[in-house]
Amino acid sequence: MAQTRTIEGTTIFEGGQATKGYQLNKMCFSFNDPENRKAFLADQAAYMDKYKLTADQRAALASGSVLKMIEAGGNAYYLAKLAGILGLGVQDIGAQQTGMSVEAFKQKLLDAGRQ
Amino acid sequence: MARIIGTLSTSHIPAIGNAIAKKQQNEPYWKPFFEAWPPVREWLAHERPDVIVFFYNDHGLNFFLDKMPTFAIGACAEYVSEDEGWGIPTIPSIKGNPKLSWHIINGVVEDGFDPVMCQEMAVDHAITNPMLLMYPDAHWPAAIVPIAINSIQHPLPGPKRCYGLGRAVGKAIESYPEDLKVLLVGSGGLSHQLDGARAGFINKAFDAECLEAMVSGVEPLLKYSSLDVVEKAGAQGVELMCWIAARAAMQGDVTEVARTYHIPISNTASAVQLLSHTRTAIAKAA
Repeated sequence: MAQTRTIEGTTIFEGGQATKGYQLNKMCFSFNDPENRKAFLADQAAYMDKYKLTADQRAALASGSVLKMIEAGGNAYYLAKLAGILGLGVQDIGAQQTGMSVEAFKQKLLDAGRQ
Repeated sequence: MARIIGTLSTSHIPAIGNAIAKKQQNEPYWKPFFEAWPPVREWLAHERPDVIVFFYNDHGLNFFLDKMPTFAIGACAEYVSEDEGWGIPTIPSIKGNPKLSWHIINGVVEDGFDPVMCQEMAVDHAITNPMLLMYPDAHWPAAIVPIAINSIQHPLPGPKRCYGLGRAVGKAIESYPEDLKVLLVGSGGLSHQLDGARAGFINKAFDAECLEAMVSGVEPLLKYSSLDVVEKAGAQGVELMCWIAARAAMQGDVTEVARTYHIPISNTASAVQLLSHTRTAIAKAA
């Protein structure tokens, strides 16, 4: 079933996204294993070949843009494992996706508590 | 007979596990959340649950998109904490209670639910963080029964469906012949969103509505669809379904023992709420 409504700034991970992102998410799922994390870091291109990433997925990873990774079918829960390898926390990722500095993003969250 | 003694609902944000490992509980950023726990532990020490039935969501550790269950119930003798890929420490394995698990599975299937049945199950921070918060010495005095609710792949089961599952689980527990004290845990939430241009979204008003409903009964939340919950609580705020199911399993009178709500931990509005069960209704309904 297709996404039935538009929610601002949110991609619903429905069937279409899941189909599109399968290879990327499968690669990220493999990062639960430390040996796989090492193998990815040692040769990213070869690792992406092994998981048959699409051209869009490779371009998204090369750009480092989380929004592009989501557009290529990436799911937040699996992408988090890739972010971990790259040393990025959820607040780094939040800042990047909202176009804010990490400090400004953290401040936004603190402000939400004071409202 | 088995008896439901209460429902504990708590956020399970991964950063909590890291803060525990780094002993940051008393730092200003963390204090408001960790301060919630001494009264909960005091209650646990007094009530001493034998089994903890966890309603939780797997975050891509045990389940992948190749076979994604809407609901899954563990019937394992032991549950292993495993590497999630981004550095949260693992914890000692936790014992299961397969006999109770199968009893619950039998009950929910009888009541029209079709869970995936698991005899091997790795558990992630949605279970390990609440366990460490309840029992900081990591000596687990209680067994667990994990019940996973899909929060990754849409269509997600919505509030009404999860409420129904919770009711069926509660009914099954209260028909279990052994004298066991059972604690329900709803793991996750409250409002948060990690992905997309709306990352960092928090909805204090909706969280307050949910915390109130947990006390008086979650029925008013059943009017929302799963997409309504995405809109109101954020893409990952759908973990609210675990709270709804855990509360639904406990019918009858409840008393609120503890409540903490604090923004933010990481990207999340964190909450801890403990309800004790003062009168059973399900078993007496007939």
